[in-house]
Amino acid sequence: MTVSPAGSYTSDEMMTVAAARRLRSGSCFVGIGLPSVAANLARRTHAPDLVLIYESGTVGAKPSRPPLSIGDGELAETADAVVSVPEIFNYWLQPGRIDVGFLGAAQIDRFGNINTTVIGPYEDPGVRLPGAGGAPEIAASCREVTVIVRQSPRAFVDRVDFVTSVGFGSGPGDRERLGLRGSGPRTVITDLGVLEPDPATCELVLTHLHPGVTLEAARAATGWELAAASGLRETEPPTAQELAALRGLTGERQ
Amino acid sequence: MATVVPLAEAVAELVRDGDSVAMEGFTHLIPYAAGHEIIRQGRRDLTLIRMTPDLVYDQLIGMGCARRLVFSWGGNPGVGSLHRFRDAVQNRWPAPLEIEEHSHAGIANAYVAGASGLPFAVLRGYRGTDLPSRTANIRPITCPFTGEELTAVPAINPDVAIVHAQRADRSGNVQLWGITGVQKEAVLAARRSLVTVEEIVEELEPRPGAVVLPGWAITRVSAAPGGSHPSYSAGYSVRDNAFYQAWDEISRDRETFLAWMGDHVLDRSATASEAGR
Repeated sequence: MTVSPAGSYTSDEMMTVAAARRLRSGSCFVGIGLPSVAANLARRTHAPDLVLIYESGTVGAKPSRPPLSIGDGELAETADAVVSVPEIFNYWLQPGRIDVGFLGAAQIDRFGNINTTVIGPYEDPGVRLPGAGGAPEIAASCREVTVIVRQSPRAFVDRVDFVTSVGFGSGPGDRERLGLRGSGPRTVITDLGVLEPDPATCELVLTHLHPGVTLEAARAATGWELAAASGLRETEPPTAQELAALRGLTGERQ
Repeated sequence: MATVVPLAEAVAELVRDGDSVAMEGFTHLIPYAAGHEIIRQGRRDLTLIRMTPDLVYDQLIGMGCARRLVFSWGGNPGVGSLHRFRDAVQNRWPAPLEIEEHSHAGIANAYVAGASGLPFAVLRGYRGTDLPSRTANIRPITCPFTGEELTAVPAINPDVAIVHAQRADRSGNVQLWGITGVQKEAVLAARRSLVTVEEIVEELEPRPGAVVLPGWAITRVSAAPGGSHPSYSAGYSVRDNAFYQAWDEISRDRETFLAWMGDHVLDRSATASEAGR
């Protein structure tokens, strides 16, 4: 627990609050788990008009608490529109209508490529993960992508074991060459800080450290030689209002 | 016109060993009762197709019904792994499981192509990922008009599609609402189809936003009240999130899993509603 003027909070709470702050108005295609909690927190606090879109086809969902699945009944009951799964991917995601994609990851590499498929070799995996779901096309087609993932050497690797969703491929120019229309992962929010792609190299560099976290700790949790941006800053700690809203959301969750 | 018959009869007639079977329902309206009936009837060597295998395919895989799985996201939503699916892929228990792996957009479009009578679907998808190198059914295609490189997936035309819906009338016309996923596409893409419903009614009252599947486009309809549990049927039940969380423990260990399936699915003295619990 870290202590701020608002009281003590966990590193996960700092991560979720930092992710929620990145969302303003517009539309957000929400992945399951941590991204869903953060997107719902944003809608509860500073971004009440944020349009939440889930791959179950619920457009403009307004759940009272983060759903366990992406298809809980409350999403459909509160949505502006409920469309079929082919429609959500073809008419809404594919043309690039959606502003932000909010994704999690099992592994992420220095170019922001995401693995949610296997750890180890594909034919004989050490760990078989759930797989792609909506993520490859969310990562390709949303105008920008935010990734929320706890930082550790296991998760932050030099090269992912399997590219499930493309960040910047192997560097500058790859997204354009592949015909991916969105601008890719602009922000990676972790429990230690914030990473953003270097404009020249596309490599993820550290731009923010959360309060109480050292650069050494962030580097020790990263499987490549993590560079710090020249203007490395400290994240504002959660406000009392943000913490209360977050705990209201997660505490109510069943 | 779809005939309304008991579930056990419909499954015995429509689902055969070695068939490709698509049981759809995206989080909502998952046809658990039909899945359990397939397990009780001991079907083998099935190719199971489903975007999100969910607990229903975890159960079918763990009980040895599947030879091959076509899917796009194999987890327990919001909870974690599907342990029986993982055990089959990682340790070949109870039998080796071939997998054909896609993204949601890919499978959704493959069903659309199947329903549309087209050999393949085109999408902006998969580009730059490692999926095409592992799934032969993902290929690049060049747009004949612009020269742009896109991705093609072949149509899915299952031998049987099985979906759950809220209600049907006595002529087998089916009405479903809420999150309707890819159920319509799966039924129209399949050679044979079975729709299980919460209730059979005298007359289907029109409902805004509902999907109606005309009886003449469906093979069989069966009443299966509570048949989507632990998933849900909007207007009839809510998702049993506590059961999805409990499944993590039940399914983690092979013996615990088999004992649970024995008590709750294989035991025919369990009532229709208990079969889903």
